[in-house]
Amino acid sequence: MENVKDKDLQYIIGNLLRWGVWTSLGIAFIGGLIYLSRHGQEVVYYPKFVETDRDMLTILKEMLQGIGAGRGRDIILLGIMLLFATPISRVLFSLVGFILEKDRLYVCITLIVLMIIFISVRGGLG
Amino acid sequence: MTVLVFTLILFAGAYAAGLIGSLTGLGGGVVIIPLLSVFLGIDIHYAIGAALVSVIATSSGSAAAYVREGITNMRIGMFLEIATTVGAVVGALLATVAPTHLIAVLFGAILIFSAMNSLRKKDVHVLETSSPLATKLKLYGSYPTAQGTVHYGTKNVIGGFLMMIVAGVLSGLLGIGSGALKVIAMDNIMRIPFKVSTTTSNFMMGVTATASAVVYLQRGYIQPGICMPVVIGVLLGALTGARILIRSSPGKLKLFFAIVITLLALQMIYNGATGRI
Repeated sequence: MENVKDKDLQYIIGNLLRWGVWTSLGIAFIGGLIYLSRHGQEVVYYPKFVETDRDMLTILKEMLQGIGAGRGRDIILLGIMLLFATPISRVLFSLVGFILEKDRLYVCITLIVLMIIFISVRGGLG
Repeated sequence: MTVLVFTLILFAGAYAAGLIGSLTGLGGGVVIIPLLSVFLGIDIHYAIGAALVSVIATSSGSAAAYVREGITNMRIGMFLEIATTVGAVVGALLATVAPTHLIAVLFGAILIFSAMNSLRKKDVHVLETSSPLATKLKLYGSYPTAQGTVHYGTKNVIGGFLMMIVAGVLSGLLGIGSGALKVIAMDNIMRIPFKVSTTTSNFMMGVTATASAVVYLQRGYIQPGICMPVVIGVLLGALTGARILIRSSPGKLKLFFAIVITLLALQMIYNGATGRI
């Protein structure tokens, strides 16, 4: 019985990963085309790296405003965000799977992993 | 150089990096960083950010197939992800304070180590019984082979776990998947069968890289204009590499690329040591 559930979970997670990657890259590609059509003829300018310190909410808010304004770079960023969400949702699906299997040990282990990811989303305690 | 030309060059370079990374088994991230920083003169911070994003894409993409075939051990992966994600967050935080030339030198050293390691002969082994701790943590499993289902156990859980923390730190610090170290932790230390080790390592990379990538994003390392051609290029290159690997086992090609990568790594160490990066 446990084995059957493991198989289902494998199937769901396999598809989740595949669709997650292709959807995010598709969006990033569309964003890239828009970016290039607007800025393709400009001269490349990436100044020396300057560290920023923006929290995730600000980044998301600015990204949504940028997408509203049709900015290609923000559409690419949306694709990147979805790519980040892919492995995280894989962990969430595993959590559901372990809960259904009543595997308490692995429910705990999965929660620890999620907590660490949450800490890094919050800027890594910094 | 216009943005269009720059993007096309990045795409071509990333495609090559994905192809070489896949043929050698090193992963695209580890090849793209020296390519971007040594040849194209892109600030290593942006190179690391783009490489991390491409690691998430390629590892998730290839993990999908192995998970569905039932080769990946999701429990072992999840347990060891505690170690790699903690390491990854620590590594990403270290990256923001570590001097750039030190990162370049360390990167070169890891690259040479990985290239040498990829040429090593792999012994096939299956552990029959697990150690008590491994049994308690359910770190055993089975996977399908041509000769039927093979059951395996694991041992040295603590040693493997510690090695995974190191792998995570390097992944977060250098923006790589650190597959070589992950496989050493599982295959050599925990004695997990090689095929399960490599596929589970791949499976873990997505979460590990994401843990550090979100820190990188907030620190401004991730530039959409650089990431887009790099991620798409690396993924397509890796897919081409996987096609070639199905048809042939490129022993000589592997040696050739290992030499190329070692030279690239030496150049990076030189640039780092002389303060040019």
